[in-house]
Amino acid sequence: MPVSETLLEVRDLKIHFPIHSGIIKRRTGTIKAVDGVSFDIQKGETLGLVGESGCGKTTTGWAVLQLHKPTTGEIVFNGENLTKASSGQLLKMRRHMQMIFQDPGASLNPRMTIGEIISEPLNVHHLASGSKRQERVSYLLEKVGLNPAFINRYPHQFSGGQRQRIGIARALAVEPEFIVCDEPISALDVSIQAQIINLLQDLQAQFKLTFLFIAHDLSVVRHISNRVAVMYLGKIVEIANRDNLYESPRHPYTQALLSAVPIPDPVKERKRQHIVLGGDLPSPANPPAGCHFHTRCPLVMEKCKAAEPPLVSIGPGHQVACFKVSDP
Amino acid sequence: MALLDVVDLHTSFFTRSGVVRAVDGVSFHVNPRETLGIVGESGCGKSVTALSILRLVSQPGRVVSGQILFEGQDLLKYTDRQILDARWKKIAMIFQDPMTSLNPVMPIGRQIQEALTLHLGLSQTQAKKRSAELLGLVGIPEAHKRLDAYPHQFSGGMRQRVMIAMALSCGPQMLIADEPTTALDVTIQAQIVNLVKQLRDEFGMAILWITHDLGLLAGLADRMMVMYAGHVVEEASAEDLYLDPRHPYTLGLLGSLPRLDNRGAKRLYSIEGMPPDLVSPPPGCPFMPRCGHAVARCAQERPELQTFIPNHRAACWVDVTGKAEIIPG
Repeated sequence: MPVSETLLEVRDLKIHFPIHSGIIKRRTGTIKAVDGVSFDIQKGETLGLVGESGCGKTTTGWAVLQLHKPTTGEIVFNGENLTKASSGQLLKMRRHMQMIFQDPGASLNPRMTIGEIISEPLNVHHLASGSKRQERVSYLLEKVGLNPAFINRYPHQFSGGQRQRIGIARALAVEPEFIVCDEPISALDVSIQAQIINLLQDLQAQFKLTFLFIAHDLSVVRHISNRVAVMYLGKIVEIANRDNLYESPRHPYTQALLSAVPIPDPVKERKRQHIVLGGDLPSPANPPAGCHFHTRCPLVMEKCKAAEPPLVSIGPGHQVACFKVSDP
Repeated sequence: MALLDVVDLHTSFFTRSGVVRAVDGVSFHVNPRETLGIVGESGCGKSVTALSILRLVSQPGRVVSGQILFEGQDLLKYTDRQILDARWKKIAMIFQDPMTSLNPVMPIGRQIQEALTLHLGLSQTQAKKRSAELLGLVGIPEAHKRLDAYPHQFSGGMRQRVMIAMALSCGPQMLIADEPTTALDVTIQAQIVNLVKQLRDEFGMAILWITHDLGLLAGLADRMMVMYAGHVVEEASAEDLYLDPRHPYTLGLLGSLPRLDNRGAKRLYSIEGMPPDLVSPPPGCPFMPRCGHAVARCAQERPELQTFIPNHRAACWVDVTGKAEIIPG
C-alpha cells in the first residue's frame, strides 16, 4: 500500500462576513460562518463534511478553492499556500482543483452549448484546441455517461441528473487531482442520486481523484467517504474515520444527528432510540458563549456554558470537541 | 368503513404541448386513525393526488373523473361552500414550504383566529384564547406572547409548527402532509415527525403523508403506496413493502438508497434512465424502459394492480419475490 500523502491542509480557517445595516450601511456585526476549522485531506481519499444549514460547510468548501477569501488561516495545496498565492499562481493551481455544484441548472450557462461549457476550462488553461478539443469533449461526455452526439445541445434540453453529469464533465476536463463536491446530489431524485454517486465513485477510481464531499445527508456521506468531519455553527465538533464516526460517535451532536436519520426498515426503526434535540439552530451572527452546542445539548454541564471545548484526539484519527469526552 | 376512499381518480393538465396525465387511474383508501404513506419521485403524481382530494388543483389542471369519498360522501360533488368547510373540519393539509401558505403580512395569531371564527363560529376572545392553546400544543414556547409575531420572525421548523397548529384548529379527522419536512434540517425534521406522531395519537387523526423519502416513512406509516408516472405500482403494509417488495421499481428504489445502517462498501443499485414523458407515455408498463426484469408482455400491456399476498398489491407481470437489488442492512 502506498504511503499516504497529504494533498490539502487547512489550518485554523476563519471566514467572517460583515453585517451592514442602517442607511449609511455601518458595520453592525459579524457572521462567523467558519470559525477556526482545521483538517487534512490525503491523496485519493474522500473527506465527507456534514452539518445542517448554516454550519459553514459550503463556505469552507468555497474557501478551499479560494472562492471566498479567508479572514485568517492557511490553505496549503500540494505544498503551496493558496492564501498567499498571486492571482496568476491561483489560476494555475485551479487547474488541479475543481468544483461540482449543488444546482446543476444554475451552474451551467443557459446560452452555451454543452460542448462550449465543457471546453471552456480547456481554453482557459490552454490545454487543447481544434479537433483535439472536440475529441476531448466527446471523450468526457462518454465518461460521464452522456451521448457525445448531444454536444451541440443546450443545458435546458437535459434533465437534472444529466445536467449534473455535464457539471462533472466540466470539472474533469482539466484533469484535476482534487474536486470539491458541494451537495452534488441533493437536488436530484432518489433513483438519479444513485446514478451520480456511482459515477463519482467510478471516476474517482479511474482518475485517482481526491474529494471533499459536502453534504447534509449522513447516509450518502457514509456511503462515499473514507473520513468524515461534522460541523456545527462554524466549527468542527468531531472528525474520524467513517466507521468510527458512524459506529461509535462521541460528540452529543453527532449522536443526535445520526439518530435523527431515518432507516428504511420499519422493524429496525421501531426499535431505535431517537435523540430528539430541542430548539433551533442558533444564529451564526450571535452564537452561544462557550460550546456553541450547549443550548441544545442533552448532556450540558456548567462549564460548557463558559469555556469552549478544544478539539482533542481520543484515538487514531478521531478528534472530538466536547468536555464530556475530554474532561468529564 | 374507510374514512377516505379514492376511486379511479384521473387528474390531467391541459397544456399547450399536450395533455399531461399526472394522475391516471389511482384508487386507494385510508382507514380511520391510519397513516398511509405515498412515496414516489418528482412528477409521479403524488402531490397532484393530494391536491385533487381537496379540490385544490389549479388551471390548467382539472380532475377529469373519479370519486373522492370521505365518509361515503363524494367531495367532487360538494358545492364550493361545502368544500371550503370540509378543508378545515374534515381534512386539513400542510405543505412543504410554510412561507407560501402563511400570509406574510398578517400576525400568525390572527391567521389562526380567522379559521376559528369563520369555521367554528367562535367569538374573537374565544378564538384568541384557543389560538394560543393551539400554538402551545405544537410546541411553540410562550405561545401567548407570539400571537402578534409575523411568519418571517419564525424559523423554518417553527413556521411548520404554526402551519400544523392552523391545520389542527378545526379538529379535522384527517391530515394530508405534503413533504412537510423536505425543506428542514434533519434534527428539525425529527422534531416535526415526532410532533405529528404525538398529535396523531392524541387526536386519533388519520394521516396521508406524501414524500420522496422512503426512510422517513419507515417509522411513520402503517401502510405504504408507491407511485410511478401517475399510477400506483405497489401497495402494502409498511413492513411488507420495505422487507418484501414485489414491484421492480420499489425494489430498485430501496436498493438505490445509501443507508445509515450499512457500511457502504457495496455499489448502489441504480435504476438507469428517466421516468417517461406523461404527455405520450409508452403503451405498456410505464416502468418497462428502466426495468431489469421486463418480459415481452410488459411492452404491450400495462399491468393492473394485482394481489400477490393478502393486503399486498403490485402492478407487475413478473414475480420478483426475493430479487437482489436490496442490500440487506
